[in-house]
Amino acid sequence: MAGFDKRVYSYEEAMAGLEDGMTVISGGFGLCGIPENLIAEIQHRGTRDLTVVSNNCGVDGFGLGVLLVDRQIRKVVASYVGENALFEKQLLSGEIEVVLTPQGTLAEKMRAGGAGIPAFFTATGVGTPVADGKEVREFKGRQYLMEESITGDFAIVKGWKADHFGNVVYRHTAQNFNPLAATAGKITVVEVEEIVEPGELDPSQIHTPGIYVDRVICGTFQKRIEQRTVRK
Amino acid sequence: MALSREQMAQRVAREMQDGYYVNLGIGIPTLVANYIPEGMEVMLQSENGLLGMGAFPTDDEVDADMINAGKQTVTARIGASIFSSAESFAMIRGGHIDLTVLGAFEVDVEGNIASWMIPGKLVKGMGGAMDLVAGADNIIVTMTHASKDGESKLLSRCSLPLTGAGCIKRVLTDLAYLEIHNGAFILKERAPGVSVEEIVAKTAGKLIVPDHVPEMQFAAQ
Repeated sequence: MAGFDKRVYSYEEAMAGLEDGMTVISGGFGLCGIPENLIAEIQHRGTRDLTVVSNNCGVDGFGLGVLLVDRQIRKVVASYVGENALFEKQLLSGEIEVVLTPQGTLAEKMRAGGAGIPAFFTATGVGTPVADGKEVREFKGRQYLMEESITGDFAIVKGWKADHFGNVVYRHTAQNFNPLAATAGKITVVEVEEIVEPGELDPSQIHTPGIYVDRVICGTFQKRIEQRTVRK
Repeated sequence: MALSREQMAQRVAREMQDGYYVNLGIGIPTLVANYIPEGMEVMLQSENGLLGMGAFPTDDEVDADMINAGKQTVTARIGASIFSSAESFAMIRGGHIDLTVLGAFEVDVEGNIASWMIPGKLVKGMGGAMDLVAGADNIIVTMTHASKDGESKLLSRCSLPLTGAGCIKRVLTDLAYLEIHNGAFILKERAPGVSVEEIVAKTAGKLIVPDHVPEMQFAAQ
């Protein structure tokens, strides 16, 4: 039983082994479904020269934005950035490198990385700056770009519920990139709102099977909202 | 008179069909959801992983785990499904979305679109726009016909870096509805009170003007 017990009880333990220069893949869309405490732990550890792969890069003072404060990030692979002033500043001064990647291509790069597929062809980006330096091949009369997949030294993931086997369920649109990131880390760490008893999760409703997961930790979350929009 | 943003949304809404799965971009496209004709059922896709976007929540319903691609809080309608970003873009790239509506800076007579990058200005990213234009067959671009300085946005060749090449066939501006065919814009409809001459003057790319250009009709409110 202990062999499948992936629970850890401190954030220090959760991120143990993270070293300077590593690649970290993070789940989340904007501030929705981000592993906020694992990110805070990376800030706390002071790890540097990180390559961060994530759809976005947080905001000033929250999410991945906190890793900009002490210039812990060297390179970001993302589809949309710049919701934070500090990021803009570091981008313009050349302190941080950004590889802008179409959102669907980014998702597929993670999925393929986790599935052992080194590259794939997509029509997305043909004829655009994204195609610069990439192989283009024609299939059935249409042009496609070759895109290489991504894997990370660490994947950091935010789930809703998990069991100690590392089976994970996400909540609503906080799913987003999380299950893809989970497959693509050499070490995958998942933080959740609740760790449930073995057998409580319906096997057919699991989003991320425990085979992808190395560590699970239960945390509490701020869950900030970027654009609170209500009807009257 | 040039169309208001609401009128542009109302015109696009006429392209809806019962049973359509539709992705609406940020800005004017988002407003289209307000004008879906009564009795017609349409499912809105949000590329962060929601098919069947509902209304904005009430104060009590606000949930940080329930947002749309514009990062606004939303609800899910009955019949909705929620999934990962890879699944979401499989729908988009696999051509399963019936209609995509999105904004642009420029389009040209070859169906090229530029919508994400102005050199010299800070580039924030393309988000899902490149996937949407590459994956969808049925796309409507909504934008103003000319810039505030009067520069045409309907060109012989886009001047800005592209979002997609050869993928746009239909454009709705505040002055006209046009189609792109065989290397030219074809003027199909004009906004009420807007003359063909004004549209000709503000279209830099090759424009074909049929003998009769009807005034635009709008979806009933």
